[in-house]
Amino acid sequence: MNVLEIQNLNVAFATGGGFLRALKNVSIDIPEYCIVGVVGESGCGKSTLINSILRLLPENGSIDTGSIQFEGRDLAQLNLSQMQGIRGSRISTVFQDPMDALNPVLSIAEQMLHIQYRSDLSRKKKNARSIEMLRRVRIPDPESALKRYPHEFSGGMKQRIAIAMAMMMEPALLIADEPTTALDATLEVAIINLLKELQSQIKCSMLFISHHLGLVAELCDEVVVMYAGEVLERGSARQIFHDPWHPYTQRLLDCDPASQTLRTRHLPTIPGEIPDLRRDQEGCIFRSRCQFCEEVCKTVPAEVETEGHHVRCHRLFQ
Amino acid sequence: MILSVQDLEVAFRVGPWFDRRTILAVARVSFDLSQGETFAIVGESGSGKTTLAHAINGLQAISGGEVSFMGKKVEVSRARAVQPLRRHMSMMFQDPVGSLSPRMKVGDLVAEPFVIHKIGKNLKKEVQRLLSLVGLPGDFADRYPHQLSGGQARRIGVARAIALDPKLIIADEPTAGLDVSVQGEVLNLLNDLREQLGLSMIFISHNLHVVHHVADRMAVMYLGRIVETGSTEEVFRAPAHPYTATLLSATPNPDPDKVHDRILLSSEVPSLLDRPAGCEFHTRCPWVQQRCFNESPYLEGGQLKRVACHVPLEPGARPPPKG
Ligand SMILES: Nc1ncnc2c1ncn2[C@@H]1O[C@H](COP(=O)(O)OP(=O)(O)OP(=O)(O)O)[C@@H](O)[C@H]1O
Ligand SMILES: Nc1ncnc2c1ncn2[C@@H]1O[C@H](COP(=O)(O)OP(=O)(O)OP(=O)(O)O)[C@@H](O)[C@H]1O
Ligand SMILES: [Mg+2]
Ligand SMILES: [Mg+2]
Repeated sequence: MNVLEIQNLNVAFATGGGFLRALKNVSIDIPEYCIVGVVGESGCGKSTLINSILRLLPENGSIDTGSIQFEGRDLAQLNLSQMQGIRGSRISTVFQDPMDALNPVLSIAEQMLHIQYRSDLSRKKKNARSIEMLRRVRIPDPESALKRYPHEFSGGMKQRIAIAMAMMMEPALLIADEPTTALDATLEVAIINLLKELQSQIKCSMLFISHHLGLVAELCDEVVVMYAGEVLERGSARQIFHDPWHPYTQRLLDCDPASQTLRTRHLPTIPGEIPDLRRDQEGCIFRSRCQFCEEVCKTVPAEVETEGHHVRCHRLFQ
Repeated sequence: MILSVQDLEVAFRVGPWFDRRTILAVARVSFDLSQGETFAIVGESGSGKTTLAHAINGLQAISGGEVSFMGKKVEVSRARAVQPLRRHMSMMFQDPVGSLSPRMKVGDLVAEPFVIHKIGKNLKKEVQRLLSLVGLPGDFADRYPHQLSGGQARRIGVARAIALDPKLIIADEPTAGLDVSVQGEVLNLLNDLREQLGLSMIFISHNLHVVHHVADRMAVMYLGRIVETGSTEEVFRAPAHPYTATLLSATPNPDPDKVHDRILLSSEVPSLLDRPAGCEFHTRCPWVQQRCFNESPYLEGGQLKRVACHVPLEPGARPPPKG
């Protein structure tokens, strides 16, 4: 059973230079109790994917075609008030920028009370729950932290407070966009252990976006690899990290400084630039940067699947 | 020597008005930086790295000690204020989108350093040059910050920071939120500038793999203090402070089957409102001994490395069994 099924999603932004196709025919499944990671180049559309699911696209963005099935409904078709019932209670989110989640003029206590508005607990009990959540994300001295305002916390502390707030909702789907960028390695590990623990306690699924490949390998059951608005490869974490098929995935893994054992000042990169998403691209989207590019790559490769490992690349037919 | 930080302290007043208390976010931090050198600062979230960076840049009032840059004392002033020193010391902020004013277009943001410091140049040309240096197409000049992805906003931060060919860049998590290939591009770019212009860099990062590759020397911070500092190679080869060893053992690897032999810290991060007595790490240290409870260790050692610990670790040390 899938909690979320995204099918052939197309999303575009209206810009001065024409329409920018930020997502192209994106299909992703999130099975029940499963943690799905999304990795890919900066600007490939990860945040846009989340904003589409939550229907929080900026004014110049729109879902053109495709469906987003969640608990028997197509989120792409819901109106805003229907969506508000789902957002925050059935699907909760930790945004990329923790300041987006925190209101600068309210104390942490007020904000944490606010998100519990549906619960019948007394104010005192709600505060106790907030303190417990802050403790679990390892905020020092949670009682006094509750009385403070967002600007009095470090970047990583704000991130942890945002995680605590998202987890208080006990959602069916937790979406986390780079939730640990400002955390040191020990806290990062503590947070992913906490996320895992919570996920198995409240039996939710998770969509986890991160550039930290090590973290994705450790936390996620399945991994989706995106490039310039398209899904190029998806499969189990083992398939992606041990046996990547797509040349882009292979290059991406090679670029991880963690896989560079010798100390070097010059880190590997993928030469070339991402294509301009405002122009129609002919053929395989990775073509201009692929070392294996051939004539056949001028046509769009079909998606091939074996044992749950999906990939879009012509080389697999040869 | 381009920068010297001496016994730097930063205090904050926190809490509601009826219960104001003071915390020391940075406590007696000292280090020097030579020209062309890259100095990394790592450490616990909330350990004072950003506050330290802001104090060095004169954005944050200090309560003790001194910062001197190119032989002159750094004074406190607002972010956009013109200070001759700021021209040579630029800052890449931790929060990429939030540090760009939302009503300015990218082109104006990238040109802003020239305008602030009243440097007459062909701004259009400079903007194009800088955008291409950071790997963005020229037409990005017409976008607003909210129309950028997180990683693209970060690159704008790099473009602004290198605009005036500074002598020192203070980069607060400059590659957080970038994918590994773009991260490599940004780091290589900073490295090229280092080679060409003799650029020095203070590099704040949580990514130890990156620190290992780019930094000459490094410092590890805990509760606002430096607990270990030395050459990067030496710190990675033989972490002597238990907190450093813990950090190094925690770092995840891109292999789903990797079995991690992590050093686990039991209790909570102490609050700055209530600093532990003795060695401040003793509440969480797996190697804790009697004297750690009430005797504070000093940062001691030689040229290669210094550590603040009563019983520095041997390379590869494992925590003693509990009991
Ligand atoms: N409001 C907008 N108007 C126009 N273009 C936009 C807008 N928001 C995003 N874009 C563009 O859409 C593409 C996808 O952006 P998105 O933020 O989804 O990327 P991302 O994968 O989350 O990147 P990162 O890893 O850097 O956060 C980028 O090329 C970006 O410049
Ligand atoms: N304006 C402020 N008022 C009160 N306290 C503050 C303020 N800014 C920071 N602090 C506190 O000072 C300490 C150090 O914060 P700082 O932002 O320097 O940490 P950091 O090491 O950069 O953390 P991170 O890795 O999470 O970014 C934290 O305990 C934080 O709560
Ligand atoms: Mg994003
Ligand atoms: Mg910081």
